[in-house]
Amino acid sequence: MKHILKIMALVVVVAGLWISLLQTSVVPRSYTWLLPVYLIISLGCYGLLMVGIGLILFPTCPQEAVLLQKDIVEAKEFLTSRGVDVGSD
Amino acid sequence: MAKLEEIETEEHQKAIIISKRKRTKKKYSIIIPTYNERLNIALVIYLVFKHLQDIDFEVVIVDDGSPDGTQDIIKQLQNVYGDDLILLRARPKKLGLGTAYYHGLKHASGDFIIIMDADLSHHPKYLPNFIRKQMETGASIVTGTRYVRNGGVHGWNLVRKLTSRGANVLAQTLLWPGVSDLTGSFRLYERTAFEDVVSSCVSKGYVFQMEMIVRASRKGYHIEAVPITFVDRVYGSSKLGGSEIVEYLKGLFYLLFTT
Repeated sequence: MKHILKIMALVVVVAGLWISLLQTSVVPRSYTWLLPVYLIISLGCYGLLMVGIGLILFPTCPQEAVLLQKDIVEAKEFLTSRGVDVGSD
Repeated sequence: MAKLEEIETEEHQKAIIISKRKRTKKKYSIIIPTYNERLNIALVIYLVFKHLQDIDFEVVIVDDGSPDGTQDIIKQLQNVYGDDLILLRARPKKLGLGTAYYHGLKHASGDFIIIMDADLSHHPKYLPNFIRKQMETGASIVTGTRYVRNGGVHGWNLVRKLTSRGANVLAQTLLWPGVSDLTGSFRLYERTAFEDVVSSCVSKGYVFQMEMIVRASRKGYHIEAVPITFVDRVYGSSKLGGSEIVEYLKGLFYLLFTT
């Protein structure tokens, strides 16, 4: 099944829940009408939270840059000794 | 009579062992697209050969007519390492990343296809990790991920990290791909899986990488991940342009509706 269909199905289920809540008045009407708005805002906040957390916990590896420089030196030595031109552009 | 039978059985047993060894020893084809990577490609090749000592492999370099003499360097490397292990399969001009992999695939003879970049952002020291992971889990695809604890990135400023993280969250929310690093291009594929997925991908550039992994995920392929570190390119100019965000969003919605 195409992914968009899965999402559409989910939207339909949520819409169905919302309409049934409107119909049965379990929750006061005024709140129920605004539920989709609350949902979208919550989703947005969750997204921003995930971005923020991810940014704070973004894995970095400064030591790798040092190791890479060592590897580059080693590589250049070997390659020059075998006649490969290692001049940069 | 008895002696002849003994010899025949011994030969037969030897033949079985040799054919078993041939079947279990897998070959890995590493496809590296290049454009103006004169210095980087030499360094990458050295590191690949350094880290893959006991592995049967070949490197297929797909160069898109680099004007800086990349192909001359590759020929020098062939003199050092052998032109049976370094295959130069060039193209006349820049024809795109996806087609470069497809072109490389046609000239590859391995059971597994590994794709990686030529600019040293993908360090060949992780190649054994990919291979080991695949052997341990029997996965069809092993993808390198920069976004887990033992992985990481170096050389990205805050804006770059923000766009990366934002793009990732958006893609995860919309696509539910089951993979943490969608745009990564350091991956190992079983040859059959690669052939199957690449034929149904039409995107360009890094959206191609996303399309590959999302389509593979939808088709139910077993995908594993290994942490990799990504040091932003040391030499040369990055080919990341300005309209990347628009391209990315277009790609995302294309994948949303067609996978």
